[in-house]
Amino acid sequence: MRAFRSLLMVLALLAPLPAAAVQPSEQLADPKLEQRARDVSAHLRCMVCQNQSIDDSDAPLAKDLRMLVRERITAGDSDDAVLSFLSDRYGDFILLKPPVKASTLLLWLTPLLVLVLGGLGLHAAMRRRNDKAAPAPALTDEEKARIEALVRRDSPQA
Amino acid sequence: MIVEIGHYALILSLALSLMLGVVPLVGAVRHDAALIAVARPAAVAQFALIALAFAALTYAHVVSDFSVVNVIENSHSAKPMIYKISGVWGNHEGSMLLWVLILAVFGAAVAVWPPAMPRDLRALVIAVQSWIAVAFLSFILLTSNPFARAGLPPIEGNDLNPILQDPGLAIHPPLLYIGYVGFSIAFSFAAAALINGRIDAAWARFIRPWVLIAWVFLTLGIAMGSYWAYYTLGWGGFWFWDPVENASLMPWLAGTALVHSAAVMEKREALKVWTIFLAILSFSLSLLGTFLVRSGVLTSVHAFATDPARGVYILAILVFFIGGSLALFAMRAGELKRGGIFAPISREGALVLNNLLLTTSTATVFVGTLYPLALEAFNGSKITVGAPFYNYTFVPLFVPIFIAMPIGQMLAWKRGDLVGATQRLVFAFVCGLIATAIFAWWHGAPVLSIAMAGLSVYLMIGSFADIFGRVFGRGVSVGVALRRAFGLPLSAWGTAIAHAGIGVSLLGVAATGWGVERIVTMHSGDSYQVGPYSLSVEAVMPRKGPNYSEVVAIINVKRGENLVAHIEPSKRFFQTRRMNTTEAGIVTLGFGQVYVNLAEEMKEGAIDARLYWKPLVSLIWLGALVMALGGCLSVFDRRLRVGVAARARNAIPANAQPAE
Repeated sequence: MRAFRSLLMVLALLAPLPAAAVQPSEQLADPKLEQRARDVSAHLRCMVCQNQSIDDSDAPLAKDLRMLVRERITAGDSDDAVLSFLSDRYGDFILLKPPVKASTLLLWLTPLLVLVLGGLGLHAAMRRRNDKAAPAPALTDEEKARIEALVRRDSPQA
Repeated sequence: MIVEIGHYALILSLALSLMLGVVPLVGAVRHDAALIAVARPAAVAQFALIALAFAALTYAHVVSDFSVVNVIENSHSAKPMIYKISGVWGNHEGSMLLWVLILAVFGAAVAVWPPAMPRDLRALVIAVQSWIAVAFLSFILLTSNPFARAGLPPIEGNDLNPILQDPGLAIHPPLLYIGYVGFSIAFSFAAAALINGRIDAAWARFIRPWVLIAWVFLTLGIAMGSYWAYYTLGWGGFWFWDPVENASLMPWLAGTALVHSAAVMEKREALKVWTIFLAILSFSLSLLGTFLVRSGVLTSVHAFATDPARGVYILAILVFFIGGSLALFAMRAGELKRGGIFAPISREGALVLNNLLLTTSTATVFVGTLYPLALEAFNGSKITVGAPFYNYTFVPLFVPIFIAMPIGQMLAWKRGDLVGATQRLVFAFVCGLIATAIFAWWHGAPVLSIAMAGLSVYLMIGSFADIFGRVFGRGVSVGVALRRAFGLPLSAWGTAIAHAGIGVSLLGVAATGWGVERIVTMHSGDSYQVGPYSLSVEAVMPRKGPNYSEVVAIINVKRGENLVAHIEPSKRFFQTRRMNTTEAGIVTLGFGQVYVNLAEEMKEGAIDARLYWKPLVSLIWLGALVMALGGCLSVFDRRLRVGVAARARNAIPANAQPAE
């Protein structure tokens, strides 16, 4: 899959390759804060890359953003505050999980809609089919007589 | 000269395909045996011509013929031979040629196999297959000619993109394309059935091996791509929800649904309309994937607008085939006679649930991939749909699938017993719970990993519960059990093994939560503890390769005092393209892997690096291999080789005892 992305990269005139993401010098001393910084970074897009979080990218912009995230976290911001701080400045484009709002409602509701509508459709189809396949009408006397005749003819001791 | 022969063969194959798209079709509609008879030899000839064109391009790459533009742009005389060959499809033009080559392979295959197939059905399938060939051959010849010559041949080529100089390129695109293009046969069968209006269990029996083959290759292709990304991209992720990955996941999800609905159709003649629809959908999504990857529309809407010829052409192909087949579907679907009925709680019902959930996940990926494009075109606002979105939507969709999978296998056709099926899975449930407890005790967190690991054990064991029940019974001796096990149809084993493979992959995914990561600046002589292993850096030094230079770290991997492995992660620089790549140092220990990736070089003898211990990570891809194995077993099921099964049945002597 990535191969295709690589092919695309060829077409897109050789974007730089990811090599270093988080560097040793960037890390926060407090492992808890550092872990939070990593988690927040995984939700932020490196905006000059194809589809990478800033945590995975080695682009200079991603590095700047990682520093910024660590700055905000050290300053005492909550994870959500850091995310909204960045999306206020860079727009929704930076959020790997799109916010739920009018323009993204359809996106978030699609799985549920398909599931519910599909389920209802199936239910209707099953009912229609089972109605159609209602028990066959009982045999007429004439049919019963014919069966009787056939059975008598085939049984060896008749 | 050889290049011109290739070019000419490609043009001839287009002419042949045009004829092949019409003559057998007319023959099938008019019941003209002479016209129908054209299909088989012409389909084989079409394959031969495209194979000749492909061989000519391969020859140009192998001998580094720098008078061919395609070779100049993607090759270099110093490039190792394996990359000269795989470089043939490591570029746009060549990869499209590979695409039609595989299309022709399938066309020729359906011309000769299976021997017993209604002649008009075969003719129709080959005709539809040829329309697809016409579309893509003309696309290649008009917009992406791989045989174009350069006016002034240079002395040396531009080399292949270094990222693609990897054994993965030799394997991944062919596997993936066989999967993608394999669904074209399902599509052609569906179109043929809609044209002649005959859709029955026999049709499902003809289509099923092709669907399974495509599914097996697509599974392998995706797994291979995932592993390639894992070892080249440097931070050890295995799935990125990249639009290009999604492009291959959509046909896989739809194809998985198709494999299952075709099974229902074959056994019970139910779900006919739905199976036809899925056959159309799977290939349409393959076409969509080709469009997304080839048109450049994913990089940016603007990249698409600057060089629209290719994109617009594929879009036109897409609209023609998807629109045409759906129109045909809408016209004919109502005339299809509905098949067998079944209660909601039954094997069919479980497979319908499977189809509903898989279709929903296909729709989710579809919307997630295209929504940003649509929104930007609609009001210019840019959003990103990344991994967190899919994690939120896929977990609730797939947990029910995983729970239901073994239960569905236990249900009888027509009318099943849910309580009974669940009771027979108690052993698997208990094993899953015990595994959950063990993993929780062993690792503690994260909760999601522990729950997934428990679920995976339930899946692996539950997948075999049905077979276990059929083989063993009260007081059955080992010999009888063995005989029964061998007597079971291969497709029963295939189902169990493929389902268990999903459990295996799931366990590998679960275990990513228990990985260890260290980000360090390494000096030679340093030693680091990563998980149960210690890595000692022997040296950090420069080295020379055939068409690159590199900095390499020589690292010994030890467990306690014992040396267990030796790895050499490196950072390469390719002179011709002035690009860097990183080669991770990876060693598989048990099912886990030690993974070391180099980053920025610091001062003399020091280098930044990421060190990982990834427990059970290889199971992610081994699981895919297991799934593919299951698919293969089902392909070879005797029942699917129509005609053979009947003969085998007749060959059993009259007094033979059925196996219990």
